[in-house]
Amino acid sequence: MSDELPAEVQGWIGEERYVEKTEFPIERGYVYTSCSSVENGNPLYWDEQVAQALTGGPIAPPSMISVWFRPHHWAPDREKRVLPLQVHFDLKEVFELPEAAMTDNTITFGVPVRPGDTLETAQILRSVSPMKKTKLGNGRFWVIDVVYTNQKGEHVGTESYTGYGYKREA
Amino acid sequence: MATEIRNLTLAEVSEGDALPPLEYDVSTTTIVLGALASRDWRPMHHDKRFAVERNGTRDIFMNTPNQAAWFERYLTDWTGPKGRLGKIQFRMKDSVFPDDTIVFNGTVASVETDAAGCGWAKLEVRLTVGDKAVTECTARIALPVDADDNPWQRTGDDWKP
Repeated sequence: MSDELPAEVQGWIGEERYVEKTEFPIERGYVYTSCSSVENGNPLYWDEQVAQALTGGPIAPPSMISVWFRPHHWAPDREKRVLPLQVHFDLKEVFELPEAAMTDNTITFGVPVRPGDTLETAQILRSVSPMKKTKLGNGRFWVIDVVYTNQKGEHVGTESYTGYGYKREA
Repeated sequence: MATEIRNLTLAEVSEGDALPPLEYDVSTTTIVLGALASRDWRPMHHDKRFAVERNGTRDIFMNTPNQAAWFERYLTDWTGPKGRLGKIQFRMKDSVFPDDTIVFNGTVASVETDAAGCGWAKLEVRLTVGDKAVTECTARIALPVDADDNPWQRTGDDWKP
């Protein structure tokens, strides 16, 4: 496979793609489930008085930022499966790399996310590497940013993923 | 809440301080619960056959956002609820599988007060399994500069994560 990027992929670099809103308003059920999954007893998420005193009411843990833009596994009005971080899957398809894993994650946090918020996200491809061999196989690394804002246009956070799409060696 | 809530202040933190370690025995439920809690339906986080045959891993493995949630829990266990994450950056060099015992260790790399008066600690955190370094994390977390300060009240130019 040539190391030169196809024109289609070059055009994606720096372009804001897949601008979309969360499928449901932020809700506390997932906050509790997330905290429970890692046994996070931070009273900010469990104690109304603490939440009121510190953050003027309940908020979601900042690390949950990506949770809110993952689509339902199925919905009645869809004809095909919708995937989170679609740019990642687009790259897998273009480069014919059937497997992938995330290697790096950087998240910068802005205003807190609150129950009832609706967020908007956009995905921006930042870079794609030449072919590289790793213990997983042969493939390419790519960096995708996801920018999150709330219904007031406030910056909620920016997340940067490094993904590795690869083909396993026979 | 009946228990007393403790909040670490910037004055109590120095470069080189070690955070208390956190150890946790990971089960299949841990991995699946973490994936579903983060709405991550990808099969390598709940379907062992898919993980083995397609990803070439030995089992299902912990997903990225659940690792972020573990790091947040580890950091705010240390700071108390006034600790506010500004930035977290981590590199996953290996995977976390069922039956692993994960151990978090952290060190304070630096402390500072920014131009807006916000107190910050920079931390280096390592997630290990046995002698294997699985994930290395750098975090920047805001701490109250004194008992009356609250980093969560910072907005606009006063919040520089």
